Amino acid sequence: MCLGIPGQIVAITDAQRKLASVDVGGVKREINIACVLAERPIEACIGDWVLVHVGFAMSRINAEEAAKTLKLLIELGEAQQEFMAMRQSGRA
Amino acid sequence: MKYVDEFREPERVGALLEAIAALTGKVVAERGRPLHIMEVCGGHTHAIFKYGIAKMLPAEIELVHGPGCPVCVLPIGQVDDCVAIAETPGVIFTTFGDAMRVPGSKKSLLQAKAEGADIRMVYSPLDALALARANPEREVVFFGLGFETTMPATAFTILQAEAEQIRNFSLFCNHITIIPTMQALLESPDLNLDGFIGPGHVSMIIGMRPYQFIAEKYRLPLVVAGFEPLDILHSLWMVVKQLAEGRAEIENQYGRVVPVDGNVAALDAIGRVFELREFFEWRGLGSIDHSGVRMRKAYAHFDAERKFAVPSQRVADPQSCQCGDVLKGLIKPRQCKVFGTTCTPEMPLGALMVSSEGACAAYYQYGDFESRNGNLVVDAA
Ligand code: SF4
Repeated sequence: MCLGIPGQIVAITDAQRKLASVDVGGVKREINIACVLAERPIEACIGDWVLVHVGFAMSRINAEEAAKTLKLLIELGEAQQEFMAMRQSGRA
Repeated sequence: MKYVDEFREPERVGALLEAIAALTGKVVAERGRPLHIMEVCGGHTHAIFKYGIAKMLPAEIELVHGPGCPVCVLPIGQVDDCVAIAETPGVIFTTFGDAMRVPGSKKSLLQAKAEGADIRMVYSPLDALALARANPEREVVFFGLGFETTMPATAFTILQAEAEQIRNFSLFCNHITIIPTMQALLESPDLNLDGFIGPGHVSMIIGMRPYQFIAEKYRLPLVVAGFEPLDILHSLWMVVKQLAEGRAEIENQYGRVVPVDGNVAALDAIGRVFELREFFEWRGLGSIDHSGVRMRKAYAHFDAERKFAVPSQRVADPQSCQCGDVLKGLIKPRQCKVFGTTCTPEMPLGALMVSSEGACAAYYQYGDFESRNGNLVVDAA
């Protein structure tokens, strides 16, 4: 029910009704983008990555934050490898 | 797919699991008992089973599946109301597919459709509005359900209907709100939790601040989480890390989608169209104060509750059904007396067996979750 899927806004289809064509995993669908306009002219949304839920773009995906989370995940993995190496060091 | 694949890489799972296990060992040694962590949202419940995450975790972490599946908490009386509206001559009743098979006291929407009612599944409330535009001689009703995630979509659809003066469209509003529900859960005396995995998509609308009371008043950690396997493991690690460090904070693992302040435009639309109800009846949990919304008077002509005489009867759950105990985390789905016998996804007795986000359906579908292993099931995605 609350699931969403990332997609990219590729064109504005109906400026008045705030509808845009959004590419979701290669499939294009008309999506309402009123929630992600953030006081920008509607054309400025083209190219945005958004989270799509029941026909609406509900959030602009923040590329910096995505990179930050991934970086944390990688660091966590590296730190864990160190720990393992420490623990296993010298074991037969 | 961008923003999906990179949060599914199986190679990263091992390290996260190691880190979780190390911290869990520490906390469990201190507390002398296993940890109970609730994932509030049904989307997380589904992902946890689909990707085999429940199986990978240390045995001392018990995941409690929360009430965040709107279809699962839909009371029987509400389904009866839907059927009554759908069977009114001239009506096209539209709904998300999830709600079709929820049992009512006499029948589900699916059965009503088989008997001839014009019931149509839609992907979006906007598709329901398009049906109203295309069929001006019919009355099109959309069954609005879901938490704050879905509320903006129905609110914008109503605002659009108003702007276009579409008079043959109405909403049967059964939206529910997350914060009063969590409040009620936290006040329930038999609940025993160490922390929360917070709902990702509800939070992209309401933001991070409404959860603050959970840290302040109840001293429990909550981490708002994304829905990919690495997101969920990362969030669990963050919860256990807080416990290990003696912190109780509201943290955001899903920053790429959830802004601290939520979505202002969405909240504004919700506020314009909806107002809180005094209480809302939940299946299995009973009545919870201020846990649902209704439409404001200004939009009365789009309100199916006013347009149709809905019977609104309270109907008790079947005796044998233990959905309430499962929803509160008191028993596991398997412990329900009818699990897998008189209650199956094909012939559900309780709503938890209907939705793919329901704990019972997840247990049934992904079966053997008791045997633990460290493998991420990504190809099932
Ligand atoms: S097995 Fe069926 S009746 Fe029992 S708790 Fe689950 S959904 Fe409810």
